[in-house]
Amino acid sequence: MSTPAAPPALQNPRAARARSRRKKADRIGDRLLFGICLAAAILAIAVIVLIGYEVVNGAGPAISKFGLGFLVHQDWQPNFKIFGAGSLLFGTVVTSTFALLLGAPIAISIGLYLSLLAPAGVRGIVSPLVEMLAAIPSVILGFWGVLVLAPFVHEHMEPWLHGAFGFIPIFGSPETTGASIFTASLILTIMVIPIIASISRDLFLAVPRDLQDGASALGATRWEVVRGVVLPSTSSGVVAASLLGLGRALGEAIAVSQVVGAGSAIQTSLFKTGDTLAARIANQFPGTGPGLYQSSLFYLGVILLVIGLISNLVAQWIGRRFSYEGAVAR
Amino acid sequence: MSAGIPDPAAPLTPTGNLRRRQVFSKMTEYSATIAAVIAVAVLVIVVFSVIQRGASALSLDFVFTAAPTGIGPELLGTAVIVGLGMVIAMPLGVLIALFLTEYAGNRAAGPIRLTLDLMNGIPSIIIGLFIFGLLVDHKQQSGLAGSVGLAIIMLPLIARGSQEVLLLVPSSIREASDALGVARWRSVLGIIVPSALGGIVTATVLAVARAAGETAPLIFASSLGDPSKFSLNPLEALPNVPVRIFTLSEEGNPEGFAQAWGMSLVLISLILFASLGARALLARSKRKMAG
Repeated sequence: MSTPAAPPALQNPRAARARSRRKKADRIGDRLLFGICLAAAILAIAVIVLIGYEVVNGAGPAISKFGLGFLVHQDWQPNFKIFGAGSLLFGTVVTSTFALLLGAPIAISIGLYLSLLAPAGVRGIVSPLVEMLAAIPSVILGFWGVLVLAPFVHEHMEPWLHGAFGFIPIFGSPETTGASIFTASLILTIMVIPIIASISRDLFLAVPRDLQDGASALGATRWEVVRGVVLPSTSSGVVAASLLGLGRALGEAIAVSQVVGAGSAIQTSLFKTGDTLAARIANQFPGTGPGLYQSSLFYLGVILLVIGLISNLVAQWIGRRFSYEGAVAR
Repeated sequence: MSAGIPDPAAPLTPTGNLRRRQVFSKMTEYSATIAAVIAVAVLVIVVFSVIQRGASALSLDFVFTAAPTGIGPELLGTAVIVGLGMVIAMPLGVLIALFLTEYAGNRAAGPIRLTLDLMNGIPSIIIGLFIFGLLVDHKQQSGLAGSVGLAIIMLPLIARGSQEVLLLVPSSIREASDALGVARWRSVLGIIVPSALGGIVTATVLAVARAAGETAPLIFASSLGDPSKFSLNPLEALPNVPVRIFTLSEEGNPEGFAQAWGMSLVLISLILFASLGARALLARSKRKMAG
């Protein structure tokens, strides 16, 4: 018993052969799994590149015909083969900015409520409910927007806003229907809120308890803890979250096309109809055949893709460059 | 001298500046609470209007028969398109997650994570244009083209969600399996993936719930389906729920609206139940793995 017996595999030539076979299989298996995983990852990159290529390719004729002037020209007359994205770009910027200006403060407040104020039981219920808001399909939100929200906006909010703030030109007199830039912005606000709220909640939850307790011990009120500790240490993440929300608002096509009213002029009043890049594509593409019309819609897609990618990349960059962990590591 | 000494019997209540600060703090607390109430109220209002207007359309006939009385073909079409999309996206997503957690170093993982984030941020209408240019133009619409579009939407969600749960698998399990001389691929497929399976499945369900309501890619890929006949063939255009709601809402005909409300109710309840259930499961499996 004093000398340990050699493992049976070393004694038995058949078992040894089986073991070497298995080793070979393992080598192949390792390579294979690695290869497949790598291929899947590369495929994802290829898809992104291909998306860019296809969209630019489709836009080719329109790009060579209109050039960059497309961005500022406002005429959109398919019958005369005149196309310009000016008013659509305007509508996109106005609706998204409005949605962000209204949605971000609400969403950040929700994040604060869920991370710092709400009792655990309430948080467990309200958190998923806020995320459910993001799960409502945009087509249903848009449909609800047309039939429920737009009449309400038209009958109650527009007259009131016009009466109270009519001296500001953006609150012009109400139009015949509720389909307007304003209604579209409200729908986008609803879509943006859950995105920003859930990211900022996670950010606020990650702020070390010690720092907050320290501030409280120095006599800071709850708001002063938020203002002095929580927000400064997460500001970059909150900005990144808002940019992600902006990206979502810029690209939303279906819901906006349902409620925005498909106007095609730049108007001062928010209560007039307008249109956005994405909504114009969703609205008019199904009826087109190949040609300059379709290509111009692809050109709108190129603009949208470029704006979307930029806002996304900036969000990623801010999120990483100025993240809380990074600040601590430095 | 005596004026400087405070009255020792005065109650200890904040005055002056402190009182102002506390009132302001309370007010911000209330407004944060109100913000949360607004969000929940909007959800309740939307869901309530859908239930209120959709419930009257709902019946067994409505769900199982074809147009003009029912929406059976649309439901079937959506199931086929979303199911195929899942079959495409799930393996790819899990493989990408495995690459990120098991194989890639920091340098290789960075670009791929960025790719996933960008893919997640691409507007779905752009994915529709892409699908049109790649699979529909010069050919014909097909459910399969729609599935590919939805797969592109699901892929980053599945990959990110799977990656999160794979990272929760304790490294001691990996080390133990390495110490026993188990080959990498065996421990990945035999131990790591199974122990993260619950999370992977819930990530997939969440992605499916998100994709089931996507309309934009399907407008390009599968909008010409015939709503009066049942079809399982993904090589032709399949009728489907989101596009049907979209076209009915554009038509402006009251009967169509009633049908669209009914479809919205069916779709929204499927999606909300799937994602609520998946979220609950996810929270549970994360707790189990972390604890």
